[in-house]
Amino acid sequence: MRPDPLPPTSGATYAADFSAALLDPGRETPPLVSGPASKAAAKRYAVYRNNVTVSLIDALAAVYPAVQRITGVEFFRAMARFHIRETPPASPLLIEYGRDFPAFIARYEYAEGMPWLADTARIERAWLDAYHAADATALAASDLASVPAERLGGLVLAPHPATRIVRSRFAAATIFAANRAAAPVGSIDAGEAEDALITRPELDVVVRRLAPGEAVFLSALCAGRPLGEAAGAALEAHPDFDIAAGLATLIESGACAPAKPGETP
Amino acid sequence: MTRDLTAHPNREAFPPRFPAHPVAGLAGTSFKPAHLQAILAGPRPRGFFEIHAENYMGAGGPPHRALETLRRDHAVSLHGVCLSIGAPQPLDKAHLARFRALVRRWEPALVSEHLAWSTHGTTYFNDLLPLPLTEATLAVVCDHIDEVQEAIGRRLLLENPSTYVLYRESTMSETDFLHTVTRRTGCGLLLDVNNVFVSATNHGFSPLAYLADVPLASVGEIHLAGHTQQSDDEGDPLLIDSHDRPVADAVWTLFESVIARAGPIPTLIEWDSEIPEWPRLEAEAAAAQAILDRAGAPAGRADAA
Repeated sequence: MRPDPLPPTSGATYAADFSAALLDPGRETPPLVSGPASKAAAKRYAVYRNNVTVSLIDALAAVYPAVQRITGVEFFRAMARFHIRETPPASPLLIEYGRDFPAFIARYEYAEGMPWLADTARIERAWLDAYHAADATALAASDLASVPAERLGGLVLAPHPATRIVRSRFAAATIFAANRAAAPVGSIDAGEAEDALITRPELDVVVRRLAPGEAVFLSALCAGRPLGEAAGAALEAHPDFDIAAGLATLIESGACAPAKPGETP
Repeated sequence: MTRDLTAHPNREAFPPRFPAHPVAGLAGTSFKPAHLQAILAGPRPRGFFEIHAENYMGAGGPPHRALETLRRDHAVSLHGVCLSIGAPQPLDKAHLARFRALVRRWEPALVSEHLAWSTHGTTYFNDLLPLPLTEATLAVVCDHIDEVQEAIGRRLLLENPSTYVLYRESTMSETDFLHTVTRRTGCGLLLDVNNVFVSATNHGFSPLAYLADVPLASVGEIHLAGHTQQSDDEGDPLLIDSHDRPVADAVWTLFESVIARAGPIPTLIEWDSEIPEWPRLEAEAAAAQAILDRAGAPAGRADAA
């Protein structure tokens, strides 16, 4: 231990001076750096500029491969560069970076002709969140079977940590799936509204399209509403909601977890 | 001064979840999840694996599952990339807590970070940025290392950076800076021999002189990696620490000279971009292992136990 450490911010402006030009190509090389023997430092400093921008574009490309496949690499990297300059990472956790990218895409003028692109990006972001979410045991069919029929309507479940639902006015789930698969992408009617459910009951993330009403049903269950209420809300929103099919989706997808002990009716 | 490069007074006693596989005298590689099946399918490698801490800061999922499998059979080195120890601002407490949790969860044989910074204000730049080497930055870096070591209850190994610029305000050499940091904080060093070669080329000093000055007795791990060549503003060679190819011959020669003097220090091959198939990476580690084996058994060093 040192007896008398300096305060941690004493007279240190190098980080501000050095970083100001990293994401701003309009700024000069900071005068506080040089090469050896006072050699010029423009190309030297440009190594850091390049490392920062390229590594962050690469990070977005890793999160949004379907978006990049749709737009092409050149379009994607230009769009990502604009986003990085506007919204650089606010956390050292790169797995958290890019959360604002779908909203950026939605108002990116060169992407106006692809109104479904932002929702496709939202599914990709949800995919990564599901991938890194805490591990948990999903609700099993036997968990439901053990509940007496008269208590089923009052059954309360917990959301599985990986579960995400993305509702789109476009065919975002189909577009996502086609552009994450190895096969060539065929013709897609982008105008059909789709709800996507993203889950990871075991190791693999699964994205599936939901039938009408199922998004309302599962969202309500994940919000802690009793099963009967959740089904009622789904029927109200979509009179053609099929409760039996909804329950099957609930079990197959692993969207929910058993409620914690003491919360079961 | 203690010579045990892992112990720290704050080290807490927990029942271990994993075997304490050795790293003394061994070579290892960066762990790439894409290699896991090939690693498991082949003969069990002797060496250890290094993970970037930030890649395992998600709550669960495949990354932790892969590490669970790997850690059962191997020692792991935990290499932090984002603690921003060289920044003038205070450490990110939430990030330090995540780092500490990984030390607890994975019981790494070695724990390291960089003499560099990556965050200013709330902006994270995702690169290892250089700092001026002055009495003022020395004091801040020592405070930050004290704080990290207190938090993790472990001795930290601090890595020498590769740099492309110098600060006009610097008043001391990097080796003098590192000497003082180890003396004041009790931390060890992660000597990146490729970084020494890259910085020496970029700034026109002798890598051998650097290696003669660096406190080798504090070195608990060595890094080796590949670099690429560009040119600076005057057209002279400017080396880039790219981690995307085999270790250069000149770096192997420097590594041999270090091992001949210091003995078989745990050594890691870093390869983070243009990642090859596992056998190619394994062959690089085998080349390092041959040099370590020639230097003989570790001579009573507690640092890698």
